[in-house]
Amino acid sequence: MTTPDSPALPPDLPGLDPAWSRTVTVADATGAKHTWHVLDNGVADPVGTLLCVHGNPTWSYLWRRLLAAAPPDWRVVAPDQLGMGYSERLGGPRPLAQRIADLGDLTAALGVTGPVVTVGHDWGGVISLGWALEHRADLRGVVLANTAVAMPEGDRGPLLIRAADAPGVRAAVTVGTPVFVRATTALSHPPLPADVRRAFAAPYRTAARRRSVGDFVADIPFSPGHPSRPAQEAVAEGIRGLGVPALLLWGPRDPVFGERYLTDLRDRLPQARLHRYAGASHLLPEDAPQYARAVAQWVTDLGSDPAGHPARPVGDGGRRLWSALEERSGDDAVAVAEVGGATVSWSALARRVRDLAAGLAAAGVRPGDRVALLLEPSADLTATVYAVWRAGAVVVVADKGLGLRGMRRALRGAAVRHVVGSRAGLAAARAMGLPGSRIAAGRTGVGLGATHTLEGLAALGRSAPVPAEPPVDDDCAVLFTSGATGPAKGVVYTHRQAAAQLELVRATYGLTGGDRFVAAFAPFAILGPALGIGSAVPDVDVTAPGSLTAPALADAAAAVDATVVFASPAALRRVAATAGGLSPAQRAALGRVRLLMSAGAPVPAALLRSLREVLPAADPHTPYGMTEALPVTDVSLAGIEAAGDGEGVCVGAPLPGVTVRVSPLSPEGSADGPLTDAPGVTGEVCVSAAHVKDRYDALWALERAASRDPGFHRTGDVGHLDAEGRLWVEGRLQHVVTTAAGVVTPVGVEQRVERLDGVAAAAAVGVGPAGAQVVVVVVVPSGRHGRPARRRAGLAGAGLADEVRAAAGVEVAAVLTSPRLPVDVRHQSKVDRAEVARRAARFLAGARP
Amino acid sequence: MRVLVTGASGMLGRATATALLERGDEVTVLQRRPSGLPCAEVLGDVADPAVVRRAAHRQDAVLHLAAKVDVTGPWAEYRHANVEGTRAVVAACRATGVGRLVHVSSPSVAHAGTALAGVGAEPADPRRARGRYSRSKAIAELDALAADSPDLAVLAVRPHLVWGPGDTQLVGRIVERARGGRLPVVGSGAALVDTTYVDNAAAALVAAVDACGSVHGEALVVSNGEPRPIAEVLGRLCRAAGLPGPRRRVPFVAAWVAGAAVEAVWEATRRRSVPPLNRFLAEQLATAHWFDQRRTRAALGWRPAVSLEEGFARLAAWYAAGPVSPVSRRTGLPPSR
Repeated sequence: MTTPDSPALPPDLPGLDPAWSRTVTVADATGAKHTWHVLDNGVADPVGTLLCVHGNPTWSYLWRRLLAAAPPDWRVVAPDQLGMGYSERLGGPRPLAQRIADLGDLTAALGVTGPVVTVGHDWGGVISLGWALEHRADLRGVVLANTAVAMPEGDRGPLLIRAADAPGVRAAVTVGTPVFVRATTALSHPPLPADVRRAFAAPYRTAARRRSVGDFVADIPFSPGHPSRPAQEAVAEGIRGLGVPALLLWGPRDPVFGERYLTDLRDRLPQARLHRYAGASHLLPEDAPQYARAVAQWVTDLGSDPAGHPARPVGDGGRRLWSALEERSGDDAVAVAEVGGATVSWSALARRVRDLAAGLAAAGVRPGDRVALLLEPSADLTATVYAVWRAGAVVVVADKGLGLRGMRRALRGAAVRHVVGSRAGLAAARAMGLPGSRIAAGRTGVGLGATHTLEGLAALGRSAPVPAEPPVDDDCAVLFTSGATGPAKGVVYTHRQAAAQLELVRATYGLTGGDRFVAAFAPFAILGPALGIGSAVPDVDVTAPGSLTAPALADAAAAVDATVVFASPAALRRVAATAGGLSPAQRAALGRVRLLMSAGAPVPAALLRSLREVLPAADPHTPYGMTEALPVTDVSLAGIEAAGDGEGVCVGAPLPGVTVRVSPLSPEGSADGPLTDAPGVTGEVCVSAAHVKDRYDALWALERAASRDPGFHRTGDVGHLDAEGRLWVEGRLQHVVTTAAGVVTPVGVEQRVERLDGVAAAAAVGVGPAGAQVVVVVVVPSGRHGRPARRRAGLAGAGLADEVRAAAGVEVAAVLTSPRLPVDVRHQSKVDRAEVARRAARFLAGARP
Repeated sequence: MRVLVTGASGMLGRATATALLERGDEVTVLQRRPSGLPCAEVLGDVADPAVVRRAAHRQDAVLHLAAKVDVTGPWAEYRHANVEGTRAVVAACRATGVGRLVHVSSPSVAHAGTALAGVGAEPADPRRARGRYSRSKAIAELDALAADSPDLAVLAVRPHLVWGPGDTQLVGRIVERARGGRLPVVGSGAALVDTTYVDNAAAALVAAVDACGSVHGEALVVSNGEPRPIAEVLGRLCRAAGLPGPRRRVPFVAAWVAGAAVEAVWEATRRRSVPPLNRFLAEQLATAHWFDQRRTRAALGWRPAVSLEEGFARLAAWYAAGPVSPVSRRTGLPPSR
């Protein structure tokens, strides 16, 4: 039936092409005819069809970007459900089973045939899956965004929806007033433009037109006796056997469908790929507009061989992460020393790892379970890491450098099942609302929700069997990128990849059982046992690299009689600055160090030179790499000096087994050229090696983009190879300046400017729209006593501006000065050029009337 | 090629007519007073249809520069010179069968007062253009482009802040004020501003005469493509004239408010001289306006031959060489052009 007020689709809704709009009249099983409004891109003889089903109280407008970004030759069909959008209004409720049948009637009338990929959001997810189960022959895949198919055990549905369904509330909120309609688009993060919100509300202007919005809420089967419960349960159980590729797109800030619904969906669709869009909320297609490209890519991939990983190597991968521990299980030499604390021998550590692994298994930690480690670098942390590995579980390591919010986002996104923490760590886990069981480290006993202590687990494990060794291609760790340029990204390694990394480090630096090292660099602080060498952790917060003093480093070196030191450039800067406080004994301890490794950010040669006084016998090396692949290259101070000046930082030649190529840049600054090793060609640095990460965690679209050249990881760095095969890093891809005259990479410009007298540091950034940018150089003048000469940002004086322009080697529109440059939190040494560019653009725009 | 150049008495008109003559074109110039150029000349009002029709007779192309470029004066004068003048030129082209019209416009026709950073040639908008000059030029550009048709190819070219030796408009006024110690920097002086050295602008207009036909019906901004902070531009111009750069800084809001007040006073007292400051000027000196030159360069097959650096050197040489010609007693800066 129709209602008197059936307005037409407004002509100028943002992003909606009116040509997509059509109406179709379809008879249902009872013979009753209904008029549907459908968005349809109208592709004839399509290679496939995307069937997009909206939820409540939205309408097909939600899918406009997918229609605009349809994969080549794919038809995209997005109906307004009956009673909703610009489809016919209904005289009564339309239960779930009927709505699933309606959708089938519609697709038959539209001539939709296979292959079909269903796309569903909110309660449209259940309906789209209902359609999928009834059209298996045509079904090629399913895409779901912020939806639920079932109430997980003991769950009575999303709180907000339940509230809207409460007696006396539903009619008022959903039908009588536009509160529900407006509230839905108010959930968006970032906030939606007003015209888009108006477009979502346009079909629901009167109570009569909102009737189905209320009926929809009433049809959600919260209680077991609800009439739609059987249909919902049939879908929820049915999809376990669906067997088609699935893509889950998720906005983690959704107050309606929280994390537990995602966990439930992943359980039912274990084959699903997942992309969590950090910061996005319930209306994912609005909050993460890039979802449309991801869906198009995923659908396109369905038609070809998946461009994922090349065939994995066969074999057991050689050494395991705990092999050295087993080999030295009778050795009473120091394996791990805490400065001013416990000293653990190889034999004790091996025994503790074995007991803890057995205890973890006995306490219910299953292979593949993710275990968050929230404890400070210590002998306990080291033992726990190896025990988790040995038990086949996966360590999740997010350090405080991310900040509490960043850690929360990272750990909640990593689907953690267990948390091992110190007292402070467990308190943080509670504050972050992490799911999972708790295990307390240290001597504090249980508390803060902990069901076990490490001591208890070790005792438990002494009488329990040691778990079977996990397969080498199982996951072993989730690490996080620094988050210097956006939310930290989870990076997944398998045992094989981690073992390959350690083997490369051992071979590159000639590490033997006779070496002992001090690691003041978070991820490396725990790797001594796997490398088979003793290690000490200095008495500092390794997540605050600027806090390491020369005496603290010397004490750590003395504790294990260290031959090797590993530290970030920020830490080394402080070490060099505090060398005056070293006692003769401390100097002697540092004098026995044969090798110094520094990584985490570009390491200036001058810094390495300045450390000769502190570490006179150490050969300074700086490996280049990233969380996703470390090390890629290595260069010594001598190597840096031999390379001389060039465009960027010389990071040395690729290590054995590592292949480096570049993907040349387009004038718009995207790295879309085919991979090449031709000397002098600047592009995105791409790396292939056995120790490159397995994948990004829960970031399917990012992983797809980063591994689009099979076997290679795109690093996001730009640089070039020289005729000797050395790699020169010129900056980050997103910091490339795209001028009308071509692309400009920042590092070379900055180095030339930084060689000027009176310049302490420089950042070269682009201002203006892509392709028409101008270069702006921001310099930190060096004043007396190393202090900034000026307190406020401003235009450089004519003399400095002229000097900078003469040195830069590229056309420079403006030279600004600033007392300091913003740097990343984690390493405190990577300049945040994006922020510099934002500030410069604001400043150079001048005044606003 | 036979080319009619209107408004050849200004710096840019003269330079462009000279460039056309030097490459062997048959040039006729049209303006009120004798130009002194060695070519055919029609004297008269560019808004007089009969005069323009006579000048356009048997021409292959018209390059229309004649305009009232100012920051004060009654609207009727702007409408007459800029709107009616352009309509007369379009009508003359149609009446005499001229096939190409290059209409010289201004980036200010699309400048609503906010910062423009790396933008292209946005459509002219008389309703939002700031000041009478810009508004009249916006109407004129829309009229000219509306005349684009198979029989008459119309191309609008918007040179931005043209300067060079002998320029009494921009350089002359800046230098005069600096000499009197009355050249302030409005706001932080950081606003990035594009300018155009006169020879580059002239070459672009010559290129536009040639391209007009294959390129038509659009507007193109012309600049050196080397934006600089406004304080630096003023400083370099002063340095070329052997003067110290601007010292005083006037906060933008103060300048804007003062500009509004000055405008009101000038309006009320019907003064004909250029006011020391107005809102348009305050905005021009305090907000970024620089442009994406890619489309212009591709469409015209032109690139600026004289860099900013070289331009400043030539200006310095010009100031060093001779007695400075008496500068207008007017004290304001002209609008962008």
